Amino acid sequence: MSTHKITTQQVNFKVFRFNSDEDYLPYYTDYKMEVTSEEVVLDILNRIKWDHDGSFSYRRSCRHGICGACAIKVNGRATLACKERMTDMIELFGNELTLEPLSIKRAVKDMIIDKADFWQKHDAIHPYLISDVEEHPEHEHLVTPEEAEELLEADLCIQCGACHYACPVVEINDDFFGPAAFAKAYRFEADVRDDAHNERLQELHEEKQGLWDCVKCYECAEACPKDVNPIDKITKLHQMLFREGVATSNVATRHAVGFLHSIKKHGVLDEGGLVLYSEGPSIVKHIPVALKMFTKGKIIMPWNMPKSDNLDEIQKLIKSSSTAKF
Amino acid sequence: MKKLKYALFTGCTAKQSTPEQMMSTMAVADKLGIELIELTEASCCGASHLQDYDDFLSLVLNARNIAYAEKHGLTMVTICNTCQLNTAMTKHRLDKNADLKAKVNEKLAEVGLEYKGTSNVIHFLYAIIDDFGLDKIKEMVVTPLSQFNIAPFYGCHNIRPSELQNESHKKAENPYNPTSLDDLIIACGGMTVDYVEKNKCCGFHVELQAPKTASILTGNAIAGAMDGNADWMVTPCPLCHLKLDTQTGHASEAIGREVALPVLHMQQMLGLALGCTSEQLGLKHHLTKVNFI
Repeated sequence: MSTHKITTQQVNFKVFRFNSDEDYLPYYTDYKMEVTSEEVVLDILNRIKWDHDGSFSYRRSCRHGICGACAIKVNGRATLACKERMTDMIELFGNELTLEPLSIKRAVKDMIIDKADFWQKHDAIHPYLISDVEEHPEHEHLVTPEEAEELLEADLCIQCGACHYACPVVEINDDFFGPAAFAKAYRFEADVRDDAHNERLQELHEEKQGLWDCVKCYECAEACPKDVNPIDKITKLHQMLFREGVATSNVATRHAVGFLHSIKKHGVLDEGGLVLYSEGPSIVKHIPVALKMFTKGKIIMPWNMPKSDNLDEIQKLIKSSSTAKF
Repeated sequence: MKKLKYALFTGCTAKQSTPEQMMSTMAVADKLGIELIELTEASCCGASHLQDYDDFLSLVLNARNIAYAEKHGLTMVTICNTCQLNTAMTKHRLDKNADLKAKVNEKLAEVGLEYKGTSNVIHFLYAIIDDFGLDKIKEMVVTPLSQFNIAPFYGCHNIRPSELQNESHKKAENPYNPTSLDDLIIACGGMTVDYVEKNKCCGFHVELQAPKTASILTGNAIAGAMDGNADWMVTPCPLCHLKLDTQTGHASEAIGREVALPVLHMQQMLGLALGCTSEQLGLKHHLTKVNFI
């Protein structure tokens, strides 16, 4: 016999409401509810619709964390509604919870958003295997377990959009492909059966879509309900660009490689040297701020550049442990 | 209480663009009676950028830094969120992957070092909260910051990814509802400002390749603190500090609104409350004038 005890707690919900056909501005409706320890966030959405307001709208389908339809935000945190337990939400944020769509500016009706930008970017990375398959192969195309392992968690994405709409760069740069598309790109780049490897990489490296514009905030890693860890895949794509010789010289690639040059020379980073190496002649645009920093003692002269003790060790390790070339 | 002693990984900015961060770290450690042994052999952590180029080399270099802390038999303390991320991430990956650890140690052996995994890696903020204790801080405050509304700016790499949170300090910080910096503000007698951007990104890491993105994020952060009626901001990260303190011009231009607030390093705020002088805390090194002292 189960000894599990169901407890209840009172929660005040503030629920985002908006109908793009009728409303000029969104508004919030308050609901006070008894929430049981067995409920997930989706149960609350259902109860709002079934018990309080039949016009309340949201997406749901599988209820098993696989269709990716029901992602919303609870107190600003991206949440797959059918997976997230209410007790965890209450423990995290207390008894005042705000339910909002993943992206307020894309709201169509209540929790439902227009995910067009998400799908457009998803499609743009060619999210499928590109391969000349022989019609009558004479032997199997075997993928070793080690090769399959390379896909990592990238294969687990359910396209819910949680990471995409948690990304601060997606919010301000319409061209940025975003964490979900990049993680999906990695999934096919890491697949040994894929023949479009370098073409896809080259497209990703183009400046507009911003593979190098990731701010490294880890919001995507936190938001993902399936632990895809998109930022890890973005980092792996960066490494792949260098490894495959696709990376061309631009401010971002020089910025990455510049760290190596600096560490080789000083052990520590030479901040001024890094900016000069990364920017080249464009460094002039930094002069006004640099002058102000200089007057405040924030810029040191090259002859005062600190060095790590035992620098020879660092140089020896760089020689023996480097795995990339540029 | 036994005297607290740590191996200090200063990071690169403390010796260059944020000298006030180094000064205030030492001043505060002195006031609290914390002994910091500087790891002068340490290299740059790679700042998440060397990691984009050469993952294995980054692991080897960071493992070397930790190995020096281990040689002292001390916990490593960092004073930069990004140093904390890259060092703690190296430890995390090596400690859970024996093969990778062996490969890294094969290289370190060439210079007579070994990464064992015996030293913990924590940010100074958490050393103060977890090991020293906020109750003791409260007792030591001589200049309560009671007339100030202070906006905490956490900085991504101290609070995300959460997989590092349980390893680095006692009370795991929740990235969606962090409390450490708020707790420190309250311990110093100040009032905390709650605002949406407090756990958001400052944009530092793309300042060169995507300056517009970086400036908008910086501008939003300062604007959020200003709208929350903050007198000033405080951060544990020197990289966030550089953005918030030195880039107000670009930030204002990017968001179309004049934004600027004095921004203190966590150590400077604590130092003020503990009675350090503004000279000791290096307040003259700020671009946005610290106008309330």
